[in-house]
Amino acid sequence: MDAESKISPADSRKYTEAALTLESVSKGFRAGGRTAQALERVSLAVKRGIVTGLIGPDGAGKTTLMRLVAGLLAPDEGKIVVLGIDALSQPQHVQSIIGYMPQRFGLYEDLSVQENLDLYADLHAVAPVDRSSRYSDLMRMTGLTPFTTRLAGRLSGGMKQKLGLACALVGSPPLLLLDEPTVGVDPVSRRELWAIIHRLVEERGATVLLSTAYLDEAERCTEVILMHSGKLLGQDDPAAFTRRIAGRTFQIFAPGISKRVLQERVSQAAGVLDAIIQGSRVRVVTEQPVAPTAAALTTDNWEVTITPVAPRFEDSFVSLLKGAGHFAQASPIRAANASPGASAATAADVIVVRNLSRRFGEFYAVRDVSFTVRRGEIFGLLGANGAGKSTTFRMLCGLLPASEGTLQVAGLDLRHAAAQARGHVGYMAQKFSLYGDLSVLQNLCFFSSAYGLKARHQRERLDWALDEFELRPFADATSRDLPLGFKQRLALAVALMHEPDILFLDEPTSGVDPLGRREFWRRINALAQSGITVMVTTHFMEEAEYCDRLVIMAQGRILAEGTSEEMRARFRSDTLPNPTMEDAFVALITGVENRQAGAAA
Amino acid sequence: MNREQIMRLRGLLRKESLQIVRDPSSIAIAFVMPVVLLLIFGYGVSLDAKRVPLALVIEQPNDDTASFAAGFFQSPYFVPVRFATVQEADAAMETRLVDGIVWLRSDFSRQMLSEGNAPIGLIVNGVDANNARLIEGYLQQVWADWLAKFAATQGLSLKIPVQVDVRVWFNPAVMSKDFLVPGLIAVIMTLTGALLTAMVVAREWERGTMEALLVTPAGIYEIILSKLLPYFVLGMGGMLLSVAMAVWLFEVPLRGSLWLLLASSSAFLLCALGMGLLISTVSKNQFVAGEIAILVTYLPAFILSGFVFDIRSMPAAVRLITHIVAARYFVTILQSVFLAGNVWPVVLPNILGLVFLAAIFLGLAYRSARKSLE
Repeated sequence: MDAESKISPADSRKYTEAALTLESVSKGFRAGGRTAQALERVSLAVKRGIVTGLIGPDGAGKTTLMRLVAGLLAPDEGKIVVLGIDALSQPQHVQSIIGYMPQRFGLYEDLSVQENLDLYADLHAVAPVDRSSRYSDLMRMTGLTPFTTRLAGRLSGGMKQKLGLACALVGSPPLLLLDEPTVGVDPVSRRELWAIIHRLVEERGATVLLSTAYLDEAERCTEVILMHSGKLLGQDDPAAFTRRIAGRTFQIFAPGISKRVLQERVSQAAGVLDAIIQGSRVRVVTEQPVAPTAAALTTDNWEVTITPVAPRFEDSFVSLLKGAGHFAQASPIRAANASPGASAATAADVIVVRNLSRRFGEFYAVRDVSFTVRRGEIFGLLGANGAGKSTTFRMLCGLLPASEGTLQVAGLDLRHAAAQARGHVGYMAQKFSLYGDLSVLQNLCFFSSAYGLKARHQRERLDWALDEFELRPFADATSRDLPLGFKQRLALAVALMHEPDILFLDEPTSGVDPLGRREFWRRINALAQSGITVMVTTHFMEEAEYCDRLVIMAQGRILAEGTSEEMRARFRSDTLPNPTMEDAFVALITGVENRQAGAAA
Repeated sequence: MNREQIMRLRGLLRKESLQIVRDPSSIAIAFVMPVVLLLIFGYGVSLDAKRVPLALVIEQPNDDTASFAAGFFQSPYFVPVRFATVQEADAAMETRLVDGIVWLRSDFSRQMLSEGNAPIGLIVNGVDANNARLIEGYLQQVWADWLAKFAATQGLSLKIPVQVDVRVWFNPAVMSKDFLVPGLIAVIMTLTGALLTAMVVAREWERGTMEALLVTPAGIYEIILSKLLPYFVLGMGGMLLSVAMAVWLFEVPLRGSLWLLLASSSAFLLCALGMGLLISTVSKNQFVAGEIAILVTYLPAFILSGFVFDIRSMPAAVRLITHIVAARYFVTILQSVFLAGNVWPVVLPNILGLVFLAAIFLGLAYRSARKSLE
């Protein structure tokens, strides 16, 4: 056979020991005369019978790697051997034995659950006699048994994901490739999916390669491959990653000092690699495994308590990136937006929402939602896709009329003065909504004129935006070609051109790597310090920590309101002494589901 | 084909049929679109001049001029309007109130039976050359008819040397509809066929299902076959519907055999479906695929197929391009089969042309499908 002729006998043992081997694989994509290098000389081996996580932010090259392994793409150079078969010369052979679930699950929405299964069983030529036992096995595993006649398009995100998994498994593949299976799915479904994957590995001895942009999922894998912008950062057991930074993680608390001031100060201190807000505290990763002294952290004689905490995977990722020189220490952020109208002193209610509902036909996207946001506050709307966050946001921006309830933004009723209210609001939409074909400067010019900025004032604001967001070197660059982090900065600059007192951020950090996220939040913190009210939606649970207060939404309703610490404290127990935001979220959601089940019974 | 291949193909075909039934868009393309287009073009586009507004200037009215003018008022082709002077009629022509001026000079009665001098002046708006020529022809006919009648009633012998006797072959009633509708079917089926496959494959790319399909043991030819067969059936259904409309609604005669019509339609549909598949390898977005299909299949079919514009009068370079326009062969076949019958010397080379093009398009689609993820 062709593959055998290419693999020498000495190598063949190596290739059959590992489920998957990559040897200095590179892949670039040409677009508009330039080549973007998606993978750069990546070599790795995936062991049999375990879950290997391919972890990295968007643009790390995860999907390209998956497609190369699946034989959908051919590498520019290098060698890929899958289960002893050369993927380059025999892609069809590889495809006949592996299971693959692409990013959007590969389901036919106008086919029922059963029909989707039938299709994939036919494609994998599963013998008719084996089918019924395999179907019932898969349906039991995924909990889809009651839904076999439902159209796939009518399933929830989590159920679709499980059906996608079932379809990829119908041929009983020894190797399963899952491309970002957990993206955009609520934490409860994510946990269920992980349980299924682990059972698969334990009961059937399958090998799973799974890619994800969620760093906290690393701890669920047996082995982790860490990638960043096309390069391999490391491959190891996830605990080994965190062991490397053992003794270098601390929590800092200074009573009476604003967490944002504390974070800003601490992040500038010598020997501190990373400083993020966690509840009312600041989490710090140091360069050396020595506890920092209060004097080293701040010069202000604050009363500071420093407690060591257990390292997390994200800490090690960030320290790896910063250690590798991917990141220059950011300059301190100046008082970001000297807006005269906004002063932190007045604690007036800036956004008032009362009994807000939005109906689409019979379906309530948002149901009876009430909250208030005070001036200078960072207020979060937390929830999975489809929880009603974006609908609430659109109503607050006056883009969508409310079905019931009242909405006040900056003291203006949105039913009568939507346009006037919008003048007070800066809005950064999901995916940033920039004009990709315009340059950075042209985008700034356009959006500032759209908000009525003219002449000298406009020129001043343009200068401010270019300097403040460090965009001057890119002023003439086409926005489409900017790296994601810069696009995000530009989008934020655009939203602030008309000096709004309220800033709406809709999923602002989606897809941005952890370093870009940190930088972004530093800016938002500075804005809040200067008195701007910030309202943000996110499905990253850990970003709740940046918010002063937040609400958790599910199925259009508010499940809980308060600070992140209050929410975590509600679910502290003996078995879970230190619950994360995600633990709290899952507990809330399952609580509601149990109540619903109880009511139904 | 082995057992596994049959199982895979059956699975794919069943999936495709279920999608056709549940998603009305492909049914709309196959059936609703041809009906709507055929109705719009069949009734709207006509190359016959009818109800042409015509200025009538009679300088010295008398019995002769009245009798001649009456011919215009009775004709279905003209809507005459009286004007007192030529200047007024000119102004009406400039504002496009009328498309032509018939000017009966003051010496009409004296000159009408003599040779040499023309008693009638005709000015025609030449912007629409086709219409202008038609008006000119009609007027000559009206003039000749009237003269003949006039001579007969007066017992005079006519000095017109040649009596024109026109016979039109293949389309005896000289109805442009009979000639247009078969051509229209070719143009419409080009769009239908290309859209069917282009949109359906683009939809699979858009929804991410193509990626999943490609990472199954299904070969690229199985996937292509599973797209061709169901939409071939659907396309033929649309074709039959169009033929039925042509015969029963537009009353176009079908002189050739239905079997020949179906055989050539099959060859043509393979071309159109192949073009759609080729488009889908270029664009993975339904909207763009639709745009491309209209641009590269429908417009050339309309302009370069000889359906309205005679290919022989095109410049050599354009004539060369018409050879890769599948509709060109199909228009010729349909017009022959509908209006003339089974004219094998015309039909056979054109069917061969279609088969050849179908092989090229499908071959190209097969070749480029593998590389399409890049």
